Amino acid sequence: MTLAQRGRWITIGALMLLAGIYVRALRFTPVELTQGPAQKIFYLHVPAAWSAMLSMGLVGLASILFLIMKDARLDRFAAASAEVGTVFCCVMLTTGPLWARPIWGTWWTWDARLTLTLMLFFLFIGYQVLRGAVTDPRLRANYAAVVGICGLILLPFIHLSVYLFRTLHPMPIVLKPSAPSLPPEMLVTLLLSFGVFTLLYVGFVMQRYALGEGESDA
Amino acid sequence: MLWARDLSHAFGAIRALDGISFTLERGRTLVIFGPNGAGKTTLLRVLAGLVRPTRGSAGVEGGRRAIGWIGHQSQLYGHLTVRENLRFWGTLYDIPAGDLERREGELLSRLGLDARAGQQVRTLSRGETQRAAIARALMHDPSVLLLDEPFTGLDRLAAEALGRLLGELAARGRATVLVTHDVKEGTELASDVAFMRAGRFVAFGPRGSRDAAALTAAYREAVGSA
Amino acid sequence: MRELLRHAWLIARKDLQLEFRSRTALASAFVFTALVLVIFEHGRDPTAVPTIDLAPSILWVTFSFAAMLGLNRAFQAELENQALDGLLLSPISRTSLFWGKLGANLVFVALVQVVGVLLFILFFNVPVWRVWLPFLLVCALATVGFIAVGTLFSAMVVRTRFAELMLPVLLLPFLLPPLIAAVAITVQLFAGRPLSESGGWLRLLAGYDLVFVSLTTLLFPATVTE
Repeated sequence: MTLAQRGRWITIGALMLLAGIYVRALRFTPVELTQGPAQKIFYLHVPAAWSAMLSMGLVGLASILFLIMKDARLDRFAAASAEVGTVFCCVMLTTGPLWARPIWGTWWTWDARLTLTLMLFFLFIGYQVLRGAVTDPRLRANYAAVVGICGLILLPFIHLSVYLFRTLHPMPIVLKPSAPSLPPEMLVTLLLSFGVFTLLYVGFVMQRYALGEGESDA
Repeated sequence: MLWARDLSHAFGAIRALDGISFTLERGRTLVIFGPNGAGKTTLLRVLAGLVRPTRGSAGVEGGRRAIGWIGHQSQLYGHLTVRENLRFWGTLYDIPAGDLERREGELLSRLGLDARAGQQVRTLSRGETQRAAIARALMHDPSVLLLDEPFTGLDRLAAEALGRLLGELAARGRATVLVTHDVKEGTELASDVAFMRAGRFVAFGPRGSRDAAALTAAYREAVGSA
Repeated sequence: MRELLRHAWLIARKDLQLEFRSRTALASAFVFTALVLVIFEHGRDPTAVPTIDLAPSILWVTFSFAAMLGLNRAFQAELENQALDGLLLSPISRTSLFWGKLGANLVFVALVQVVGVLLFILFFNVPVWRVWLPFLLVCALATVGFIAVGTLFSAMVVRTRFAELMLPVLLLPFLLPPLIAAVAITVQLFAGRPLSESGGWLRLLAGYDLVFVSLTTLLFPATVTE
């Protein structure tokens, strides 16, 4: 089976599992006391954030390795990971407000996690805009790797600065998105969801990478 | 002198250089003819150290300090005067202050730029700019000259003058590599000739007594109609 | 190390010489700064929000955008006549080249900031002079890291088509930590609190600067080698 085909099977499998998770979430997991059914979106929102971070982490790692080894495949992988990461960021950024509105009465809040994801989204967009603007493949790979590494190193600083800002300017937060005191069924559902989203990441990247291979050999 | 050993440059599916090897001694002038896209400029840039090869190696005796580059871009700063440009580039090559002024003066008069020395480069004509670029390249007295299509955009007189100058420089013991796509231009200067196509040398050897016509014929045969 | 700094100084001096001759980027940045401050001045309602609360944000946003205007200048001049190749061919190290560019950019931004602060005091009537030394420190700390990233990115972006647009797009996420920190500290300073109370923020800025100046210096060769 080619890479693209394998990737497609994994993705389909992951999506089916995702549907399964939702059946579990809607039927078999208790409804959260204060938030009500809207809280169910949590199982999409948080793992999406995890996948987005995973994407960025791997973009950064692949970029470092590329600059050392100069292997074009690493560059192709980074490009695939960045695209997939953008998608997950979008999921996170749309489910966030959808969740926030019924719970907090506001579409957006500048809490540490949302802000970080928004900046991550901008980093991904910038990365891809740069890739699109450079025609020479070797130059493009070098440039992308530089931006990828800088972006990865930036993330902890963004987190730190927003966190510092928040502790000094406390904002009215009604509920913490992922309180550690989750009943076991919810925790299991959440962990399963993490697994599924990781699988989705793998499936998407495989397909995108295969596409990239086809493009450059053409 | 300079050398290349099994030089290759590839990225993904694109292969710009494919196993180039040669040596060039002092006082020899190698002229490389090839169509656009043959990899001539890439080869020159690898020799200069601007591009790192993916396989093989290349080197110039004396390192970067020994290289002088003349291309069709002047590498000068438009808003600085000719003299200021020469001064800047000379200082970058660590030429001691006393020698700096002397060499400036020598090169300016040698290349007929005395009148223009105090003018900003952006006010010069194409021919004058090219001469200023040559002065810049020679400031640090390089023992190796790399020339990338230097005759581009020059009129007949300027091209002839450049040819004469290059001939003098070669006679003084410099190793020169000149790449061009026009067989007529480089023939007189060459002591050695190479034909390049798709990243490879399809022919390499001394020019011997062949003239431009003979070389053109040989070129057509080796490279095909280009 | 001394060689490194000496060469960097040569590059920076040349850059500043060029900028003062052509004055294009500097003039734009000055005008832009004045314009933005004027607009902010007229766009606010002093009875609704006290000036002193809004002022630091206005100042820092203005600084950031004005700085970005000037960043592309650094490598633009090098592309004009391919002078960048000349710099890469010369014996100076890539680090010297980068630090020279960074140094020139910092001087440029410092000049714009001086003008900005003067206009700021004029329009917004904030007591900067009382805390001018800590304020100076904050300005320096907040600017260095961000400009280092900007210099690195401008080296890449200058060869793309929409350079002026591309640079802000890439750079904005990197603006967030120093901007938040600078505004937070400035607010404290204007409110009369001692600098020691902003210890956390200062450490963040110092860490950011250290990490990114090192990282950008390390990564710069990748943007100019092929």
